[in-house]
Amino acid sequence: MNLQGKKVTLHDMSLRDGMHAKRHQISIEEMVNIAKGLDQAGMPMIEVTHGDGLGGASVNYGFPAHSDEEYLKAVVPHMKHSKVSALLLPGIGTVEHLKMANDCGVSSIRVATHCTEADVSQQHIGLASKMGMDTVGFLMMAHMATPEKILEQAQLMVSYGANCIYATDSAGYMLPDHVTARIGLLRSELPANVEVGFHGHHNLGMGIANSLAAIEAGASRIDGSVAGLGAGAGNTPLEVLCAVLDRMGVETGIDLFKIMDVAEDLVVPMMDHPVRVDRNSLTLGYAGVYSSFLLFAKRAEDKYGISARDLLVELGRRGTVGGQEDMIEDLALTMAKEKGLI
Amino acid sequence: MNKKLKAVIIGPGNIGTDLLMKMQRSEWIEPVWMVGIDQTSEGLKRAAEMGIKTTAEGVDGMLAQVIADDIRIAFDATSAYVHAENSRKLNELGVIMIDLTPAAIGPFCVPPVNLTEQTKNLAMNVNMVTCGGQATIPMVAAISRVQPVAYGEIVATVSSRSVGPGTRVNIDEFTRTTASGVEQVGGAKKGKAIIIINPAEPPLMMRDTVHCLTEDEPDQAAITESIHAMVKEVQRYVPGYQLVNGPVFDGKRVSCFMQVEGLGDFLPKYAGNLDIMTAAALRTAEMFAEEAANNTITLPTRG
Repeated sequence: MNLQGKKVTLHDMSLRDGMHAKRHQISIEEMVNIAKGLDQAGMPMIEVTHGDGLGGASVNYGFPAHSDEEYLKAVVPHMKHSKVSALLLPGIGTVEHLKMANDCGVSSIRVATHCTEADVSQQHIGLASKMGMDTVGFLMMAHMATPEKILEQAQLMVSYGANCIYATDSAGYMLPDHVTARIGLLRSELPANVEVGFHGHHNLGMGIANSLAAIEAGASRIDGSVAGLGAGAGNTPLEVLCAVLDRMGVETGIDLFKIMDVAEDLVVPMMDHPVRVDRNSLTLGYAGVYSSFLLFAKRAEDKYGISARDLLVELGRRGTVGGQEDMIEDLALTMAKEKGLI
Repeated sequence: MNKKLKAVIIGPGNIGTDLLMKMQRSEWIEPVWMVGIDQTSEGLKRAAEMGIKTTAEGVDGMLAQVIADDIRIAFDATSAYVHAENSRKLNELGVIMIDLTPAAIGPFCVPPVNLTEQTKNLAMNVNMVTCGGQATIPMVAAISRVQPVAYGEIVATVSSRSVGPGTRVNIDEFTRTTASGVEQVGGAKKGKAIIIINPAEPPLMMRDTVHCLTEDEPDQAAITESIHAMVKEVQRYVPGYQLVNGPVFDGKRVSCFMQVEGLGDFLPKYAGNLDIMTAAALRTAEMFAEEAANNTITLPTRG
């Protein structure tokens, strides 16, 4: 693979996707320290939001230690180089949340829908684009639709005003060929001024390999997370990706040793559990299940005595999509009743 | 004297057609008019074949007939944008408007919770909240009638095929309107609503999860009894309304996991979200008719 001379924009997820792995309990101090470390390491973009996006604070997804507004107001003023983005899932967050984030100094908004439901994003993408924000359409669970379907949905988002489209491997299910097919088609068919991005999860250990495939196929933005802090087995570990890209001659503008230090000194010590491929996170990738289901399935296992792996496999079989966390406890109750446990 | 109230349905789409099919079984409401804006619409053709008067000129196409045909009830299944005008024109002629759009210019109505209140007051415009609201607000109310609910949250999961373009283009309206319904009718101090659209094939049945946080420790026995009683109330007009799991008690959290299977009149059975709207709207109209027949309310007089 020859990526020599390519340029990519890396986007850190530790303070958004990482919120899943921390049950949304990252302190303001931790958040500011990590953001400053990333800024100093030259990370061009960082995302700061509840794991489930703006307005994600809920019984269903977890109440965070602080509101999106509090986190954003604490982090944004410290940023010298890094741009701060926020995630928004229509159906959970609304345009009011979007305006709030914009008021807090968020310059990039990522509007996320399930990969076949892009038409729920019109009002949010339209408004963000009108406000002059960097406006990204984020197609989640992209393994569940064909490359052609992903392109069709991407074109809708572009028609609403998105200037960048992501194929998002929310389940960490994709293999490099899947990535190449989706990113390649997006790159060849979308207008040249629309960027293409890839967001991976490491559930099958493919975070780095998939990101390289995405860059080769034309992606110019790649998501990852320092120390991999993210849902499931985490996101593509950024310090590892930086080292690989450096060896391959890809320009990222990031200081490798500084980002290694952020990972090792700040992020790893605050992990509640090792974010790694274990039997449950591996099951997410194997069965194609939304990565943030992991901790909910573990909790259901503890409470109802049904193995998290069995729950995840069944949720995959049922075709659940992002946001259906309520179905985990529901399924555990149903399975526990069937087994006579309750 | 015929006790049935005569009705007009505005909007010959999926909702309007399903409503028409349900109405043909009603002992209290008689469908007379179907109003559309497109002469070639399938819905208008279907209605005409069923012997219903039709117009493709919008409500203006039948206003002159309202008195002659003794139209008393209107169902608006169009959009929030045109609802206010439709409602004004028909209210002026003494027609009670049942609003299935998200316009919400009139009070919210969730039949087993506050229908009696709306009919007794002869509200001339009642709004049916949203599908997610109809499916979940009864459960919030079942808990809040036992003890104060500090926070009520609902998650509605619907099949992609059952979500029309109107909902998609303004999905914030769903979350906003449902959340206010959870507060105003459900009785939660603070409400939140989430909607998830799932494209699985075959399409999944509508699922609704209700999470409430009570102010004090929940009275488990009383809440459980209240919830079961409320499920029975909803089943009177939506037989496929079902408590799949729960109530689950976890500290101050009370959660119920519901499923809504439609009757499969015009809309498929999985579209319980649309069915519960049409069934609730018809139930509301029937209550007006019953009250009028019992002389507990007096419909606007006509010369």
